[in-house]
Amino acid sequence: MRAPFRTTAMDSIFGVPVQALFGQLLIGLINGSFYALLSLGLAVIFGLLNIINFTHGAQYMMGAFVAYLLASKAGLGYWWSLALVPLVVGFTGVVIERLMLSKLYRLDHLYGLLLTFGLALIIQGLFRNEYGTSGLPYAMPAELAGGRNLGFMFLPNYRAWVIVASLGVCIGTWFVIEKTKLGSYLRAATENPALVQAFGINVPRMITLTYGFGVALAAFAGVMAAPIYQVSPQMGADLIIVVFAVVVIGGMGSIMGSIVTGFALGLIEGLTKVFYPEASNTVIFIIMAIVLMFKPAGLFGSQK
Amino acid sequence: MAEAMNAPYTSLLATRGLNAWYGESHILHGVDFEVHGGEVVTLLGRNGAGKTTTLKSVMGMVEKRSGSVQFQGAEMIGLPSNRIARLGIAVCPEERGIFSSLDVEENLLLPPQVAAGGLGLAQVYELFPNLKERLRSQGTKLSGGEQQMLAIGRILRTGARMLLLDEPTEGLAPVIVQQIGRTIARLKAEGFTILLVEQNFRFAATIADRHYVMENGRVVDMIPNAQLDANMHKLHEYLGV
Ligand SMILES: Nc1ncnc2c1ncn2[C@@H]1O[C@H](COP(=O)(O)OP(=O)(O)OP(=O)(O)O)[C@@H](O)[C@H]1O
Ligand SMILES: [Mg+2]
Repeated sequence: MRAPFRTTAMDSIFGVPVQALFGQLLIGLINGSFYALLSLGLAVIFGLLNIINFTHGAQYMMGAFVAYLLASKAGLGYWWSLALVPLVVGFTGVVIERLMLSKLYRLDHLYGLLLTFGLALIIQGLFRNEYGTSGLPYAMPAELAGGRNLGFMFLPNYRAWVIVASLGVCIGTWFVIEKTKLGSYLRAATENPALVQAFGINVPRMITLTYGFGVALAAFAGVMAAPIYQVSPQMGADLIIVVFAVVVIGGMGSIMGSIVTGFALGLIEGLTKVFYPEASNTVIFIIMAIVLMFKPAGLFGSQK
Repeated sequence: MAEAMNAPYTSLLATRGLNAWYGESHILHGVDFEVHGGEVVTLLGRNGAGKTTTLKSVMGMVEKRSGSVQFQGAEMIGLPSNRIARLGIAVCPEERGIFSSLDVEENLLLPPQVAAGGLGLAQVYELFPNLKERLRSQGTKLSGGEQQMLAIGRILRTGARMLLLDEPTEGLAPVIVQQIGRTIARLKAEGFTILLVEQNFRFAATIADRHYVMENGRVVDMIPNAQLDANMHKLHEYLGV
């Protein structure tokens, strides 16, 4: 069900095991890029809204699909999609927050969870009805076709781009939240929204935009994934289960925690594929169980 | 200074029949009081009398309220708290509300400017020199007294001229209580209007113009500071001290 990456045939200056090792590490980094982007969005949303956004996987899928539709119906290519799709899908997030989520903040967390879970099922169902379950191809941008030989391994350009871009977006997001004035409003409102609002900040609007931003991050990941994975209605549901495990390991709501854990677990998964392939699909869940036993709030989390 | 003292008293903040609820519990049952421009007015009363709830209701921080709250003659009962803040009212909450994920400087700079004429950072540091030494510390790592200075200092920057202070001396050492007392006196001299919740009426007597006494969600009495001594017996009864 997971990352359908295979090491492509490549020359072998070093022995095969070394090559396989780097190949799997690369795949691990790619998967880690998506884990990090998605768990970052979940962390940002959870921090301020106190809602576990179960729609996240569906919104990631929507990102890939909107990119596919922009290409097939409007002839807009990858770069246009990378810029436009997060805005479009993020806007649907804004609408969902305004019309639905905002009605639930005074109720038990369970309601938010049920709503976002239900929305995920509805969105995935609609796309399945319209496009079936088989994957649709999405062309890689021509600028990033091919790759380069690093000597010890072959590095496809697009995959290098995915790693660099998601690292950039993750670090940029971290920077804004931890080091800027806007981020200080966000952190403060996470702790005590009533007081921040009483200082004159429009906290409800900030909550709406934060949800929209978290959703935009998922959509951005979806566009980046489209040329690698097939675009299919189910793509988010498969990935998001792992991402939730990543979030639990990193600690709910921790920004740096979600980024570091995302990349680290991608790498660990890759290493497991080399050294003990039988466990590669379960290693993240095993780590989750161990972390939960010793640090229930997650590696970077604080008890809430 | 003399100008502020002699300025004609006009009702800057006034509540009429203010009611407030937390969920199903009806807490305020028709609170009436007024604060004139340039005054320091206290709300006195036993624990649970509704003093904090009154401040929160003025500020729009309770879920449900009714009645009337007017500021500079304009009705605020329907406004959300962010709009009320923008009219020039700032609150220093009972629990101080220092943010642990912000350092001292971020805490200090957090409240946005709502009007011109707030204190500059240099003036805030002059009032509270301790803060300047600790700018990079996590906000909640400060001592209780320093946190209180931070909670007051940050709202002085905003340009708000009406301050709601909820028990700023609670649990603090006498020397810090004195420092806060001097600060409030100086703010009054500079023309700030202050609504102060206090348990310690001896402290309140040193800085306030008038005292409102609250009981069970109502204002039951008003005592001008000049007549405090004459009313000491009554006050002891109200406050149970
Ligand atoms: N969040 C809340 N939910 C429900 N009831 C509350 C809440 N906060 C306060 N109350 C109740 O409202 C009443 C008034 O409380 P309030 O905090 O306004 O009193 P106070 O005069 O400020 O007391 P203190 O001197 O102890 O600070 C009390 O009976 C209290 O139990
Ligand atoms: Mg109180």
